[in-house]
Amino acid sequence: MKTDDLIKALDADARSKAMSLRSAWWLAAGAAVVAAAAVFMMTIGPRPDFMVAAHTIRFLSKFVFTVVLAISAFALIRALSTPGAATGRAMAAMIAAPLLVAVAVVLELFMVPQALWGTRMIGSNMMICMSFIPLIGIGPLAIFLWMLRYGAPTRPVLAGTVAGLLAGGLAATFYAAHCFDDSPLFVATWYTIAIAALALLGALGGRLFVRW
Amino acid sequence: MSGKDEAELSRLMRAAIAGDEKAYADFLHRIAALIRGFVRRKIVQGGVDPEDVVQETLLAIHVKRHTWRQDAPVLPWVYAIARFKLIDAFRRRGRRIEIDVDDIAETFAEPETETVSERDINRALDGLPPAQRSVVSAVSVEGRSIGETAAKFGISETAVRVSLHRGLTAIAKRFGQGRLGQGRFGRE
Repeated sequence: MKTDDLIKALDADARSKAMSLRSAWWLAAGAAVVAAAAVFMMTIGPRPDFMVAAHTIRFLSKFVFTVVLAISAFALIRALSTPGAATGRAMAAMIAAPLLVAVAVVLELFMVPQALWGTRMIGSNMMICMSFIPLIGIGPLAIFLWMLRYGAPTRPVLAGTVAGLLAGGLAATFYAAHCFDDSPLFVATWYTIAIAALALLGALGGRLFVRW
Repeated sequence: MSGKDEAELSRLMRAAIAGDEKAYADFLHRIAALIRGFVRRKIVQGGVDPEDVVQETLLAIHVKRHTWRQDAPVLPWVYAIARFKLIDAFRRRGRRIEIDVDDIAETFAEPETETVSERDINRALDGLPPAQRSVVSAVSVEGRSIGETAAKFGISETAVRVSLHRGLTAIAKRFGQGRLGQGRFGRE
């Protein structure tokens, strides 16, 4: 088949329609929130003293970290799934969440006596944290990887990793409403491990599954 | 590749997405010549046929045209896809290629030349279900319109459009998954 012949076929198919990638990403984000919320409510749910806890700075800081991670990852993954789109600024913005956590950790170390550092870090929920963040995030991750296939990422492994970070940020936002360990020392350790597991899974999915 | 070309090509692509077939044909012909110039200059050793990469890129542009943001320039989007497909073509043959983004700036349009070698796309076409294969062949190689193809096979125009769309999507997917070149290149 000559290239001119191929162009005839492509041209004859000009009227076939597909949802714009931008709209599809927002739809996927909505579906991922619903999927994560469903798993969260059916399993662990929010902690009973949620309304009281919402007045404490440590509890609220957890949501700042996870929401900032999710927002920055969402901006980056949309750029990564569009060929030729600039990714520099979105990539740089990914430092925001880790930076906020680092600042919070330093403040915590100043405020809490050294004898309590270990207790605060180990907390009481680390196994639940490390199992439920991936569990809540796995559905959203599948949605985001499927979206990467719908898009056209020229760096599939990187895009898959960011899909994992996005799923992790979303899942951790829900999980944070359940967890009683509010210390940044706990968050910096166990949330990071749980989210990294999703990022690793995302990278693998990007490598094996995101072909176009 | 001037700013004027860019504006004109973006305009054609916007019209094409709105359903203007004439604008789309014009866009694809001009883009094909640019991609050919880019790919030919990049492939200096044998093993990868430039025209195969041109065709693969055009198919990817077609099935991924919903990823282009209509307020963004179209050429960086086109070249990012061409670059990805070129690297992929080398990777499938167990080789690596380095491409600087700056290289794209010096690209000139080139016309298609006749070749005797078997095209990758023909093998992809052979792998389609018979109904899709005959419709895609009729519209491309035989140069029939949708209406003529429908009359030839005694099916509705809608059925022709559906088969054509599915056939093209399946070929693009086959390219993307690298399920081509077996036997010929000996590795996947």
